[in-house]
Amino acid sequence: MEHYNMNLTLKVWRQKNGKSNGSFESYQVKDISSEMSFLELFDVLNEQLIRDGKDPIAFDHDCREGICGACSMYINGQAHGPWQKNTTCQLHMRAFKDGDTIVVEPWRSKAFPVIKDLVVDRTAFDRIIQAGGYISVNTGNAQDANALPIDKKDADAAFDAAACIGCGACVATCKNGSAMLFVSAKISQLSMLPQGQPERETRALNMVAQMDKEGFGNCTNTYACEAECPKGISVANIARMNREFLRAGMNSED
Amino acid sequence: MGLTGLFLITFLIVHCGLNAMIFFNDGGDTFNHWAHFMGTNLIIRTMEIGLFLFLLLHIVQGLMLVSQNNAARPVKYAVNKAEKNSKWYSRSMGLLGTLILLFLVLHLYHFWVPSRMGGLGSIHALEETSLPSYAGQEAHNLYKEMLVVFQNNIVVVIIYVLGVFSLFWHLLHGFQSAFQTFGVNHKRYTPIINTIGVLYSVIICLLFASMPVAMYMGWVS
Ligand code: HEM
Ligand code: SF4
Ligand code: FES
Repeated sequence: MEHYNMNLTLKVWRQKNGKSNGSFESYQVKDISSEMSFLELFDVLNEQLIRDGKDPIAFDHDCREGICGACSMYINGQAHGPWQKNTTCQLHMRAFKDGDTIVVEPWRSKAFPVIKDLVVDRTAFDRIIQAGGYISVNTGNAQDANALPIDKKDADAAFDAAACIGCGACVATCKNGSAMLFVSAKISQLSMLPQGQPERETRALNMVAQMDKEGFGNCTNTYACEAECPKGISVANIARMNREFLRAGMNSED
Repeated sequence: MGLTGLFLITFLIVHCGLNAMIFFNDGGDTFNHWAHFMGTNLIIRTMEIGLFLFLLLHIVQGLMLVSQNNAARPVKYAVNKAEKNSKWYSRSMGLLGTLILLFLVLHLYHFWVPSRMGGLGSIHALEETSLPSYAGQEAHNLYKEMLVVFQNNIVVVIIYVLGVFSLFWHLLHGFQSAFQTFGVNHKRYTPIINTIGVLYSVIICLLFASMPVAMYMGWVS
């Protein structure tokens, strides 16, 4: 890959806190290397702002290797930018060319209120997990993993669902701000394993109830979530969740 | 949405199949025979009430869905490249449904109102027929009503074709979407369902659109 430098115009959403109205600010950055990551671009810009005595841009990041899901940025109209199956930290500047204007916004969802600039509050996801995204285990030594026979097919499907990093790109992308892909991944990963059976039905009901309570929208099967998910979580999980929900509803005693 | 949608999809098969009888080009004999049956049979008339209830339910559910989903994103994106991740018609179901509804108002006014509200026989009573099963009966001539509506009115024909065009995109998304809603997403069966959905949408809508066009062009008379 040819290395090159570029000058860019950045239009970044600035918002002091959850209560204030935000707006876009324009910034010029020079000599950005095509080998930088998108977050490094923001590091450079923030150093520039600090040198100028201005407030640096707040943005979420942690692992910077595509596994934590923190780096929420809506870049030029797409969650995590133009590359598919990719997080913002793994987006590299070779995706852009000299002279480009890049618009960066926070995830926009009623359930993900802006805390500051590009940082949004995603604790709604945590509350959904707390509502049922766990299994009960007996205390004591963990039993030998091989003592529980699991069909290879189920193990693989559960593992695929478990690849969800809770980034919220599905919600950010969905025209309805629906959290179905995230919730379905979390319900699926447990419903297919023996350890997940005891709470299988209450889990489906409670997690869906919490999801609705948080103010996420309803799924209309546009499948935009799957296309923008950095981990390629399949909408087949949403169908599975709908089955789990129906099954739980029919089996429930109240 | 899924349940009411699938019900409406089933209705369309019957509706389209019966209307296609005009293509026998027998002066509407076969068509009128069945239209008479549909207008007088008690079971069918009861189902008609169900159809209206389901349509109403579908519309109410749709409105609730649209308003809840709009509320889930109070601040919109300044730049949003939705075309990179989803089909335009999957994102436009509310708009397409509204266009269908507008079309339906005109459509019901053209055929359902005179045939059901006007009382049997009050419009273009059948004078003669070659079909023995209802010879001598008072029956209204819906076929003639179709000719009156379509034969000399290009504007109405265009509105009908556009209405069916909206229906096409609505069905193209809706058919497969209903299955996903009911939890059917399968490696082997889903591609088959999707193919059936495309075929269904194309065939139903081509047939429906061809009816006003054929009458306008004088292919059936
Ligand atoms: C009267 C006008 C109509 C309106 C206002 C309307 C509106 C809607 C809306 C808002 C949705 C949900 C949005 C979405 O899934 O993205 C929808 C879904 C759907 N509609 Fe309609 N619609 C109408 C007529 C029809 C007709 C005539 C049919 C079928 C013959 C139909 C079949 C469906 C199906 C199958 C779905 C998908 C259900 C699902 O995914 O669960 N609709 N409609
Ligand atoms: S399903 Fe995909 S897009 Fe949604 S939170 Fe999980 S990893 Fe992110
Ligand atoms: S910073 Fe962890 S996934 Fe991007």
